[in-house]
Amino acid sequence: MKILRVGYNSCGIAAGAEETLNKLHALLDGNANFEIKRTGCNGMCYLEPVIDVIEDGKIYTYGWLTSDKVEKFVEALEKGEHIEDWIVLHPDHPTEQSSYQDKQVKLATKNIGVIDPESIDDYLAADGYKALEKVVKTMDRQQVIDQVRASGLRGRGGAGFSCGMKWQFAKDAPGDEKYMICNGDEGDPGAFMDRSTLEGDPHGVIEGMTIGAYTVGAQTGFFYVRAEYPLAVKRLRLAIKQAEERGFSGKNILGTDFSFTLHVIEGAGAFVCGEETALIASIEGKRGMPRTRPPFPATHGIWAKPTNNNNVETYANIPYILREGGAAFSKYGTDLSKGTKVFALAGKIKRGGMIEVPMGITINEIVNEIGGGIANDGKCKAVQMGGPSGGCIPAHLHDTPIDYEKITATGAIVGSGGMVFMDHETCMVDIARYFLAFTVDESCGKCTFCRVGTKRMLEILERITAGEGKEEDIPMLQKLCDSIIKGSLCGLGQTAPNPVLTTLRYFRDEYEAHIRDRKCPAKKCKALITYRVVEDKCTGCTLCSKTCPVGAATGERKKVHHINDEICTRCGFCKDACKFDAITVE
Amino acid sequence: MEQLDLSYVDEVLDRYKGRQGTLITVLQQVQAHKGYLEKEALERVARKMGVPTARIYGVVTFYAQFRLTPVGKNLIRVCHGTACHVQNAEGLTEAIEGELGIKSGETTSDRLFTIESVACLGCCSLAPVIMVGEKVYGKLSTDKVRKVVKEYKKKEAEQ
Repeated sequence: MKILRVGYNSCGIAAGAEETLNKLHALLDGNANFEIKRTGCNGMCYLEPVIDVIEDGKIYTYGWLTSDKVEKFVEALEKGEHIEDWIVLHPDHPTEQSSYQDKQVKLATKNIGVIDPESIDDYLAADGYKALEKVVKTMDRQQVIDQVRASGLRGRGGAGFSCGMKWQFAKDAPGDEKYMICNGDEGDPGAFMDRSTLEGDPHGVIEGMTIGAYTVGAQTGFFYVRAEYPLAVKRLRLAIKQAEERGFSGKNILGTDFSFTLHVIEGAGAFVCGEETALIASIEGKRGMPRTRPPFPATHGIWAKPTNNNNVETYANIPYILREGGAAFSKYGTDLSKGTKVFALAGKIKRGGMIEVPMGITINEIVNEIGGGIANDGKCKAVQMGGPSGGCIPAHLHDTPIDYEKITATGAIVGSGGMVFMDHETCMVDIARYFLAFTVDESCGKCTFCRVGTKRMLEILERITAGEGKEEDIPMLQKLCDSIIKGSLCGLGQTAPNPVLTTLRYFRDEYEAHIRDRKCPAKKCKALITYRVVEDKCTGCTLCSKTCPVGAATGERKKVHHINDEICTRCGFCKDACKFDAITVE
Repeated sequence: MEQLDLSYVDEVLDRYKGRQGTLITVLQQVQAHKGYLEKEALERVARKMGVPTARIYGVVTFYAQFRLTPVGKNLIRVCHGTACHVQNAEGLTEAIEGELGIKSGETTSDRLFTIESVACLGCCSLAPVIMVGEKVYGKLSTDKVRKVVKEYKKKEAEQ
């Protein structure tokens, strides 16, 4: 009997897992020697579609198994053979891809890519709901908090506040009616850990949140998940239903007098709702505008009742901590940042995907050993951490161990876990402009400095990238950064300047090149570049002239083509289309 | 003037009758029917929920998901997340715009296509990414994205 596990998360489906799965079913349905299972994503997004073949207790992982390869794959398996060249992780010996896994420690994500997220039996077989049972049957509420505090777990949404303390505040808050929130409004562009977790192991998050509800004394919980994540919402709803049917959720959980009802709310698309008071306003059906704190949600949350709010990954860590004890978690990590952290690797990196690593690992280890280096064998210029609230950490600081304080010292933040890698083709001024454009769109408008200040910063950055920057722009940017940090109520405004501050701190030369020399060193800013045909490479294939939308690229067949700089809009279509690398940017 | 059938709005409202804080969910489900929120539907929601239309309008315009104009049959969402941005999402937008003859945020006059920019689709390891309807296309170039759009145009022309 062979079990075939097909990675079936949004990322896998986008890479063709659905077609692969359909083909497998067409070939193997009714064959008693095979069982086909759907799982979440094992984190190796860059290899998708991914299939694990399990036989005699050994796991063979196949990568890039698109539907066109399925027939040959099945043929080999039926003969009791393997196609060695397609195996990316081998049970008997290391492979080229092993280094992606070697440094990982999977606590929060241990089930993702292993179990079928739509099967509660799969979850139960993987120690599922054992922590909940232990908690509600054998522990009092303070004992739970003591374990969470001993674990050193800090909020994984970005701020890094102690989870145990947060629970203590909510538990100690007076009142019988209390609420729990799971923040799955993963708004940072470039981050997908929460999506993958909810899609790959929804029961794990439910269990963690339910333990939290028992501890603080809440009766009702809300999952707030982005509407852009339809599969996560679907699997979460199914998991809640299953948990209710089996007595792990709803009334009288596991036969005790503890009851907890869960609801799923789809976020309607507002980045600011990642801020807890805005999130609460949104759950109440209002515009998601933050308010002043105190009072904190621990005492005045949903409908002014005590409310505890944690991020998806924070809850996902809870079952492990309660099952194995706080010390089992805190043995990983650094002095102040315990345990593991989940990161999403993206951008110009060879192996993009989701990883879980012990805190204290260096950025270099992540990019070079796990990520396999920069795509196209390029050089890493910077990594963006923390999304619009974070910053760009330059390559020379990549020996920094990842922990909350050390990353904050660089000017970025650990954030929720998005890591976007950049190479020499990335213009750092353009990145700053990109994030400010995002903040301007997403500022709720309540605070003047955030609403107007970010807009003024964006105008300056647009001017610089358009080649019209002035000497006084840099000091003005710095002044605006300072004012926005001081004059904003919530985290969105207070951290909005970070992308500008870090790029100014580490890549000031790029700003100066734009302003003084009217040059974009990364050759990215359209106003500062020209496209040119390399004469000895051009074969006169006419593809560029056919692709050019404005008729700037012209020439006769089999003769060298030319680009008319005055008409050219710098769209770059010709360069993408050229098969001979004959178009260069200067 | 022909009477507009708003029974779909009533159905949604009945489902959430008397429940606190459900305005956003109600609006999401109303929008699911036609792909956008028509003025009359909003007014109906306001009247039945006892909330001023202005407050509902405030909520609708606050969240990116809500639309006040009809959307094309094929909604093309171009991801502008950080990973997609550093891998030329803007170029993809331009290529799609060129192919369809409209700008991002607009709908073709035959109501077949709408282009939209979105903050992040969460498929960063496949960047740059677009989504047409529910289907995600990853690892695109301006060249490849034009082919994707052409395929859809061809499919529509055949129907």
